[in-house]
Amino acid sequence: MARTVIRGGTVLDRCGERRADVAIADEMIEEVAETIEASGDDVVLDASGCHVTPGFVDLHVHLREPGREEAETIETGSRAAALGGFTAVVAMPNTEPAHDSLSTIEFVRRQARAAGLCEVAPAGCITIGRAGVTLAPFGELAAAGVRLFTDDGNGVQDPGVMRRALEYARPLGITLAQHCEIASLTKGAVMHEGSCCSHLGLPGWPALAEEMMVHRDIELSRLTGAPIHLLHLSTARSVELVRSAKADGVRVTAEAAPHHFTLTDETLRSFDAVYKVNPPLRTAADIAAIKAGLADGTIDAIATDHAPHPPEAKEAPLDQAPPGMLGLETALALSLTELDMPLADVVAALSWKPAAIAGLDSRHGRLIEAGASANLTVFDANEEWTVVPAKLASLSRNTPYAGRPLRGKVRHTIFDGAAVVIDGVAQR
Amino acid sequence: MKHLLDIDSLKADDIHHLMALTDHMVEVNQRPIPKVPALRGKTVVSIFFEDSTRTRTSFDTAARRLSADVMNFAVSSSSVNKGESLRDTIETVSAMGVDAFVIRHGSSGAAQQITQWTNASVVNAGDGWHQHPTQALLDCYTIRTHLNRREGFDGLRIAIVGDIKHSRVARSDIQAFTRLGALVTVVAPPTLLPPSMDGWPVEVSHDLDAIVPEVDVLYLLRMQRERMTDALVPSLREYTSLYGLTPARARTLSPHALVMHPGPMNRGVEMAVDPSELPGSVIIHQVTNGVAVRMAVLFELLGSGSGLKAEET
Repeated sequence: MARTVIRGGTVLDRCGERRADVAIADEMIEEVAETIEASGDDVVLDASGCHVTPGFVDLHVHLREPGREEAETIETGSRAAALGGFTAVVAMPNTEPAHDSLSTIEFVRRQARAAGLCEVAPAGCITIGRAGVTLAPFGELAAAGVRLFTDDGNGVQDPGVMRRALEYARPLGITLAQHCEIASLTKGAVMHEGSCCSHLGLPGWPALAEEMMVHRDIELSRLTGAPIHLLHLSTARSVELVRSAKADGVRVTAEAAPHHFTLTDETLRSFDAVYKVNPPLRTAADIAAIKAGLADGTIDAIATDHAPHPPEAKEAPLDQAPPGMLGLETALALSLTELDMPLADVVAALSWKPAAIAGLDSRHGRLIEAGASANLTVFDANEEWTVVPAKLASLSRNTPYAGRPLRGKVRHTIFDGAAVVIDGVAQR
Repeated sequence: MKHLLDIDSLKADDIHHLMALTDHMVEVNQRPIPKVPALRGKTVVSIFFEDSTRTRTSFDTAARRLSADVMNFAVSSSSVNKGESLRDTIETVSAMGVDAFVIRHGSSGAAQQITQWTNASVVNAGDGWHQHPTQALLDCYTIRTHLNRREGFDGLRIAIVGDIKHSRVARSDIQAFTRLGALVTVVAPPTLLPPSMDGWPVEVSHDLDAIVPEVDVLYLLRMQRERMTDALVPSLREYTSLYGLTPARARTLSPHALVMHPGPMNRGVEMAVDPSELPGSVIIHQVTNGVAVRMAVLFELLGSGSGLKAEET
């Protein structure tokens, strides 16, 4: 039977790094050994100069389908994910309709299976229609395998509702994830509140609006004993709050997006809406804190908050343009280029740590050993390349990194045993 | 100079140059036939996404006195209301052959954004809370003329009073006045100041009574009624009592001090006296100078360097 053999690479997983070839048969890793000879009809993937790691897991993507298929579809988003080295992504529920019923969840999964490029795990809503009032059917959705719930795009504003949601969720083995934003402090906000927005005459999004909800939800998690995952942390004080909560043993996890450790609010001086994102790009001091939080593990995961928008939406005045930027195809390279962390820690934040938070760790982020699901990423940590928006697989072009030289590129991605990306080219 | 988008990108010398050019335009405007052929054959299109009859009229008058062809793009009746994007609108009008856009938009940065979609010059006639550079230039010209400050504003004390946070006039004036050497104090409740004034070359005060007798120029900003609904001030009445120019405060003005306002005034709110009874009010001169300053700006952007001498052609 034909196998896929990944030859010449350095295997890197939770147990460390070693020179090894990896043979894959069907959906499983068949063999890991220093040298594996390929037989006649085996497909050989060259991994020389590359690391072979468990597939990456993105806790935070917006695939736009159903409802906004002009910006992205599950297929195009899955292709971008595969090219970025992701074998699983968590699809945020702010679609139209939102992921608050079994039928929408099943639709997303069906589309993802048809695309066959990566696993798409739909996140459920915390409240019906993400309106912050009535709880979504956690039990029913949890029974169908949904493990992460969030109203992302909106924070759950009412502390009473959030408390009840956490209490109700606790016995179900699911995790609630919060978009931390006190809405009454960010009315009309376009960018970080500080000296830059003051100069440009743009309404500001104060760091406090995030930090107050980070604090609130840490305390609600402490009170209820239910785990809480904090999405896209952007401020220094948020990192500090999470660090201290973790020291107290609160069941809190957190993620940060590459744009929050690579770009500052100064980019908005161009008035280019490609830099508008929610939460907003902040200051150099915040970037330093996010990097430190990733380095010491306070922030568990790198998540992209991949948020496609069509060109006409971003060619609008800043206050009218929607927030969000692409992320899937640049996350690895930005992390390798900008983070001063051991490679193994970067891969941990891209793979097994988010896999555990998403409840996907039975098939993703596993040790690379015989018998494990073959979800793998092969990347060259030193390959240099430049971001060309038109070459991205996403339907949209709203990357803030056009023309930026980066280091680190995915060569092959193996999803459920199939080489969906070979030599940087999507196979499906 | 290709565009006029903000004051920030002008040096003091640039402002002085435009002031000197404005002197010429004032002279043109005093002629029996106030019209020169300087911009004959040039097309100036004004697009006002936000209503402002006075600014639009001022620009149109300026362009016509320089013999430019003036097109008004009426936003309310145009495709903008049919879902056309800002980019499409600019590219479409640009394709008709345009030398300069005069643009007013409710969003900060809109004027800068459109420069990437046209080869024409762009004059920012006010964008959101960001900038209104011709207002600042006409304010400078008015101060320069009335206080006889041709060389600059060194040591001049100017107070700008009111809603700094939401004011493109304040942002532009602060930059222009300080670039010319003035000492600027902004007077406002903290809720009407920008969230951070780090690096702003101004003093901040909340005590108008202490400031009024000290200044050479008292510049009042328009107080928007919607600020009350955002809980930024308790009431217009309270605003007037703390930050309005009341008769009692007006009596403490120094005899030579100018009183200025970008218009339109909220009588009884920031302007709680009859401005015609204020000897130092130059508000109407601001309007007059607006035409000359805008002529200077259009000429600077589009002119060939000749053509001002109408009498010789």
